[in-house]
Amino acid sequence: MSAAATQPAVQTSKRGTAVNWQSSEMLALRKKRYAADRRLQAYGMLAIFFALGFLVVLIGTLTFTGYRAFTQSMVTIDIDFSSAEINRENPMESNWRTIFRKAVIDDVGELSRSEERDYFSMFTSSAPFLIRDQIIADPSILDGRASFTVPMSDPIDQLAKGLVDTDLPENQRRVNDKQIELFNKLEAKGAISQPFNWGLFFNSDSRFPELAGLAGAISGSFWLLLVCFLISFPVGIAAAIYLEEFAPKNRFTDLIEININNLAAVPSVVFGLLGLAVFLGWFGLPRSAPLVGGMVLALMTLPTLIIVTRASLKSVPSSIKEAALGVGASKHETILHHILPLSMPTIMTGTIIGLAQALGETAPLLLIGMNAFITSPPSGVLEASTALPTQIYIWADSPERGFVARTSAAILVLLGFLVLMNSIAIFLRQRFERRW
Amino acid sequence: MVSYLLIILLVASIASAMAGLHRARRQRDLATIKVHSRPIYHALNAAIWTGVPAFVFLLLWTLGEASIQDMLVLSSFPGADQLSGPERDLLISEIRQVQAGNLFTEPSPEILAAVDHLKSLELIFNWAMVAVAASLASIGAFFGYRIIQDRYQARYSVERSVTWFMIFSSIVAIITTLGIVSSLVYEAYQFFTKVPFAEFFFGTRWEPQIAIRADQVAGQGAFGMLPVLFGTMVISALAMAVAVPTGIFSAIYLTEYADQRFRSVVKPLLEILAGIPTIVYGFFAVLTVAPAVRSLGLSLGIDAAPNSALAAGGVMGVMLIPFISSLSDDAFAAVPRAMRDGSYALGATKGETIRKVLLPAALPGIIGGVLLALSRAIGETMIVVMAAGLIAKMTLNPFDSVTTVTVQIVTLLIGDSEFDNPKTLAAFALGLVLFTITLGLNLIALQTVRKYREKY
Repeated sequence: MSAAATQPAVQTSKRGTAVNWQSSEMLALRKKRYAADRRLQAYGMLAIFFALGFLVVLIGTLTFTGYRAFTQSMVTIDIDFSSAEINRENPMESNWRTIFRKAVIDDVGELSRSEERDYFSMFTSSAPFLIRDQIIADPSILDGRASFTVPMSDPIDQLAKGLVDTDLPENQRRVNDKQIELFNKLEAKGAISQPFNWGLFFNSDSRFPELAGLAGAISGSFWLLLVCFLISFPVGIAAAIYLEEFAPKNRFTDLIEININNLAAVPSVVFGLLGLAVFLGWFGLPRSAPLVGGMVLALMTLPTLIIVTRASLKSVPSSIKEAALGVGASKHETILHHILPLSMPTIMTGTIIGLAQALGETAPLLLIGMNAFITSPPSGVLEASTALPTQIYIWADSPERGFVARTSAAILVLLGFLVLMNSIAIFLRQRFERRW
Repeated sequence: MVSYLLIILLVASIASAMAGLHRARRQRDLATIKVHSRPIYHALNAAIWTGVPAFVFLLLWTLGEASIQDMLVLSSFPGADQLSGPERDLLISEIRQVQAGNLFTEPSPEILAAVDHLKSLELIFNWAMVAVAASLASIGAFFGYRIIQDRYQARYSVERSVTWFMIFSSIVAIITTLGIVSSLVYEAYQFFTKVPFAEFFFGTRWEPQIAIRADQVAGQGAFGMLPVLFGTMVISALAMAVAVPTGIFSAIYLTEYADQRFRSVVKPLLEILAGIPTIVYGFFAVLTVAPAVRSLGLSLGIDAAPNSALAAGGVMGVMLIPFISSLSDDAFAAVPRAMRDGSYALGATKGETIRKVLLPAALPGIIGGVLLALSRAIGETMIVVMAAGLIAKMTLNPFDSVTTVTVQIVTLLIGDSEFDNPKTLAAFALGLVLFTITLGLNLIALQTVRKYREKY
């Protein structure tokens, strides 16, 4: 240890107080101060890793539980129609349930009555009707043997994906021993396949997980966003132009601005209450309709859109405006021909981001009844429908095991749409936005 | 019906614009003096005059039509003037159901007569709508076309219309606020005519079950909102306990320690957390976090509920991290460079500068951000609807389940709702409370942020 370190840290003499920075006390103090510095840095790292780790776990869990719903176990069955009792004039009238049962029972041989019931419940309960619809679409199938591929019911689907623990006692799982035996028999025959689950995108909602799909929800969300866009885009831009370029500075315009800023922070569920009381209660518009949902979402998106548009109008250099006014354009012409086109990329970016937020919004849609059970996609804005987030809510509440995977898959689809919209927004920004 | 009319109206507007364009061009070519407006303005003017009055009429008509029909049907219904409000609603919905063909029981002759009345009214209303819309459009088109002269100031007229549209658009924000406040206050007032004021604000029991029959045993509902509000505060506090330290520490690291590259990668990743829909967080809370919290509680020897406040609050906190982080980021960035340099010049370490100089200087901005985040936490709905409980309890135990204002609003209003039931109206009273609290927090937060910004 050097001589300086052994001397006392603070020496008082006649000339004043001198601090010996090399003393061991001061060394310890410095060490402590640097340690505090490093600690702060570590806390920061920790906070960021916590947040990002959560994100990774979130996406990872959803992918892990959801990816299985992108395939569906199907079974291929042969049916010989030459011997079946079918009303050939009008296939709709035949007893399809019996025809189907006869056809599948031929494959496995003798079964007792309760075993038969177990066997039939391995197929989706609307399998006879799926076959019927194929035949009505193409009656020539009726002439001979034909094979059909129909979904298996939810418990068997779980079994095929290896999610049923066969070591458990029989009464603790949803698939009994006989069904496992029959399943293995079918599998040995090569009748079981696991193709990509197109039904997830092209079917509408159903009580049975193996048949439930997102077609209704996706088209409902499409109509919602269309209504939302058609209202909020023109109104938002018009309001922003007025407030930025025309409005006189007085108490009334101040009031408007305070209102817009506050509306941006009002909870979404309150907008739902507004939609329920005003649009449904006072105006008598139909429940569960995308029109009402779109109007509510438009009111929610408006403040964001106005704020973004004003910022981008403000960023256009005043020289452009002055030049246009200088050559004799009117104020309206200046804005419409020069300022608005120049700020359009930013406005479009903001609009897409606003619509992406609206797409994920759930609470207001629940209050206006868009969580109804609807089995066909809406064909217009006045028909009852669901939306992607409300469909997720419905499925998350359903007790069947298969809906857990479906819910995660639906969330992945929703996140996919959000990623797509945001990438378009980022692309627009990078490609067209001007920096002045 | 209305959608066809709107399409016809659009076509008519385009047609009159074309005709106007043609006429204006001819006028311009024949004119001996310089015309005031370019032909396109005359065309737009004609289109506006044709389309806009009829469009506004159609909009107002469709919004008001149903209630006027109901009024007319009820006024001619025998004995309807003795009925109370809810009974009238019931009657009219029955008439509408019968008219739509949904027969549950054989309707009475009075109802059948009312249905016939309604049908004839609808026919008259439809024809009246078509007639008025058509005459408005044709009168507009006629004048819009006739007025095209070389000295007519069509551009001024079009610009005036555009300005009026812009003014109307700006007022939409005020109309929305008025709509929110008036609907909440009106329905809450209805609620307070059935449930006393004091019981709602100071009652400590929340059991919104209302007897369907008068003699039902389970009947007596209780509407004291204190436990619900308490649950909201518990979950928000848990969320803030997660979000505030994480958000501020990550903002400190990103603004002060991280290099440009790290920052440009991590900041957008953090923003993703803010962009994920809340229903996704809710599902994740139910699927993963709640079971984890439950097993944590059980391993600590605490009897944890499956829908614990900690799971809902914790996930909500993560959702708020980017919010607090980016607002703190702005607050740090607004501190002048000179203050930082002064601190370094005195020999302070980076950490000391942050703790003793930056943080106090940025504190008002950070507090503003925290208040905004708190207001979001109180108003957040989907996470708690999925992950929090339904039964109102006054407990501080984070492993127990509590309910929140937003959960109660959603559960009271999901499914078919009638507007005469205290259960439905209670949701609006809760909505009013929620709106007031969040509005207050937002105003205070914005005030704090603004005040602070003027300082440097």
